[in-house]
Amino acid sequence: MSAIAQPIPRATLADRVGRRAQDWVPAVVVFLLGLAAWQWLLPDVLHVKRFLLPRFSDVMTTFWDRRVTLWGAGWFTFKEALGGFVLGCTLAFLLALVLARWRPLGRALLPYAIAANAIPIIAFAPITNAWFGILSPWSKIVIAAVLCFFPVLVNSLRGLTSVPPESIELMRSYAANETAVFRRVRIPTSLPFLFTALKVASVLAMIGAVVGDYFGGSTKALGIQIQSSVTLSQYEYAWSAILVASILGIAFYGTITVAERLVLGWHPSYRRSKE
Amino acid sequence: MSAIALERPRSRYAGRMKAGTTRAAVLLLVLAALWGLWEGSRALWIHEGWTWPFAVSDITMPHLNAIVEQLFKPATTGGPLLITILWHSALFTAKEALVGFAVGASIGFVLGVALAHVRLLQRGLLPYVVASQTIPILAIAPMVVVGFGSLDIYGWTPVDWLRVAVIAAYLTFFPVTVNTLRGLQSADPRALELMHSYAAGGWSILWKLRVPAALPYLFSAFKVAATASVVGAIIGEAPSSIPNGLGGAIITFNQYYSLEPKNLWATNLVAALLGIVFFLAVVVVEKLVVRTAPENIA
Amino acid sequence: MNAQSVVSIAGVSKVFGRGGVTALHDIDLEIGSGEFVSLIGPSGCGKSTLLRIVGDIIEPTSGKVVVNGKPARQARLDRDYGIVFQSPVLYDWRTVAKNIALPLEMLGWERGRRTRRVQEMVELVDLTGFETHHPWQLSGGMQQRVSIARAFSFSPALLLMDEPFGALDEMTRERLNMELLRVWLEMQSTVVFVTHSISEAVFLSTRVAVMSARPGRITAVVPVDLPQPRTAETREEPRFFELVTEVREQLHAAGADAVLEEAVLE
Repeated sequence: MSAIAQPIPRATLADRVGRRAQDWVPAVVVFLLGLAAWQWLLPDVLHVKRFLLPRFSDVMTTFWDRRVTLWGAGWFTFKEALGGFVLGCTLAFLLALVLARWRPLGRALLPYAIAANAIPIIAFAPITNAWFGILSPWSKIVIAAVLCFFPVLVNSLRGLTSVPPESIELMRSYAANETAVFRRVRIPTSLPFLFTALKVASVLAMIGAVVGDYFGGSTKALGIQIQSSVTLSQYEYAWSAILVASILGIAFYGTITVAERLVLGWHPSYRRSKE
Repeated sequence: MSAIALERPRSRYAGRMKAGTTRAAVLLLVLAALWGLWEGSRALWIHEGWTWPFAVSDITMPHLNAIVEQLFKPATTGGPLLITILWHSALFTAKEALVGFAVGASIGFVLGVALAHVRLLQRGLLPYVVASQTIPILAIAPMVVVGFGSLDIYGWTPVDWLRVAVIAAYLTFFPVTVNTLRGLQSADPRALELMHSYAAGGWSILWKLRVPAALPYLFSAFKVAATASVVGAIIGEAPSSIPNGLGGAIITFNQYYSLEPKNLWATNLVAALLGIVFFLAVVVVEKLVVRTAPENIA
Repeated sequence: MNAQSVVSIAGVSKVFGRGGVTALHDIDLEIGSGEFVSLIGPSGCGKSTLLRIVGDIIEPTSGKVVVNGKPARQARLDRDYGIVFQSPVLYDWRTVAKNIALPLEMLGWERGRRTRRVQEMVELVDLTGFETHHPWQLSGGMQQRVSIARAFSFSPALLLMDEPFGALDEMTRERLNMELLRVWLEMQSTVVFVTHSISEAVFLSTRVAVMSARPGRITAVVPVDLPQPRTAETREEPRFFELVTEVREQLHAAGADAVLEEAVLE
């Protein structure tokens, strides 16, 4: 071997920033172009009517002026979504534990859970309104809960039962009882699956809470405000409300992602970026 | 190696028959259990007079058989049978969902292919496509329907169901785009090297390798999108009271709920069936196309 | 039954499915304390099945297994053995130290004792400094060492190993063979070792049990009289090659016999 050891040139700061810039600059450019289009191209050049999409600055003005009402409604709706999320996900995970414990039952019911996920649950909003009253948040909480229930059930069940057989054999060699197997192996294995489902569920819960109102709800809720402002041709307000719902949706999803990082820090998929 | 135990062909056929009857038995059992749960809790709540979580009566929880019977009664005195009305409504909604799904899936697929091949496009657009999946995009449904109603392109305004189909389209578009991209990128690098060694051109690689690799992802997105399309169609009809579809039927029967609750329940039953039918259609197509249908959720 | 025997297998057969596959046919084997016995045979001969029957992970269709003077089931409940599989079966969410501590936790050892033991095991398999690593950060060979450390952590009398080095490259394999022998001598345990590799079987064992293809039977037991402790030089000794040849011939004989047997049994 004749090679003379050459120092490998270290990536300079400029290099690193340059490389990263390549990654995010296009997205930022698109964002700015989108804003510009919203502000000038659509209204002035394409003559897109107010009904479809008001000018960006108009929406922002309303967003700021009516911020108290907007965020009040947002919070009201978010509580419904959160309540449904907690209720639905908890019940789903508990049921998944039961179905994983008694496999034949789980195997038989899994296709039904998958099919049930295809039912348009939001269409049941009028019925929950009849049960709990239009003004009660419970009517939307139940909708959100059912929306969250099936994805979390199916994914958790998958995760709980995806343990490799040798792992179970190892536990048998330790004379472990079923509870120990669940506690030490099945539940940790199911966590990545669970968090994937939780992320999906967070979006569904928000949709359930906001859109459920389109069939009737309290005036304090975001959905009702969107609907009524559309009827009253107050499109700037409607879009501001949509913006609030979107921000809440992203924040909710983001929180779960952060929680996932904390709980699943050990998962190999997080370490790949380090290599 | 020594002899492998021979499979007797006869027992394989018998095995499949047995699986079919087991599945049918399970279906009957599940339906029976659901029916029992409904009627049982109904009877219990009424008997005990409990009001939590809600007071149970013929209005809040009609008998299941009464709901089914209601289908075969006229919805309004002297009018057509409820089931006829709901059948037409379901077809109307199905049309919206189907057209929207088809358009959204096509555009989504094309965009997915574009994103997979043009890095710049991917970096610019993908974050927004992904982000759109975290916002309750269904919330803009009323505005889409109203807004498109005021559209005037050389004297043509989109007809009511077409506007609702737009909702189904954009609900389909986002998951299909993301999954198309993921699926195309999921091709085994070694298979790619093999294709290169054959000096295969870009189109060849796309259709012979990447697209088949992407199929499971695609069908995963289709399952989500099928459900979303039906939901989107129903929701789209509701706020603007387009009367012809299931959403419109729900609004109408909701108004008269206290007079005749069973109409609304029957409508919801039909809506549920529509959602399941769409979903099963995708599952069946998947089984035919992919030949092994991996169970995928969202 | 030998009073010293740790494992006593008598007349064990295993049939899978109703009127289906006969994996094992009438196995008899005695394994004494401190022995290192390899089970070798072609794919599908049932050696892994036999190992699992000894560990009471699978139940035999007929026959009796006595481990440590108790029925196999009781031995499992009393945790008399440790087991190592071909894949390390480590838990990603636990560090190396916590993976090794797993059986100790289940045995109810209190924390101080566990920590000390884990440290001893880590030193035993030469993984000092990696205690807080996670499994995916280690190479395949290192992961198997953790697996071995875990299996030995509660000092079982018996160790069952199912092709533990099968997925590793030759050099790592030879190194781990040496380490395994070192640990075996230090812990003074008994090992039942399933393998594909003739040279590995001869190198490691005190006796090699040759199995025929399905339905698996023990056709021969070859005593390995190479001196202990075995070293890298052992592989170069003429006696080593003689033994390897003998085992190979026994394997071929077993294969031929089995084809004839198959015709008779059917």
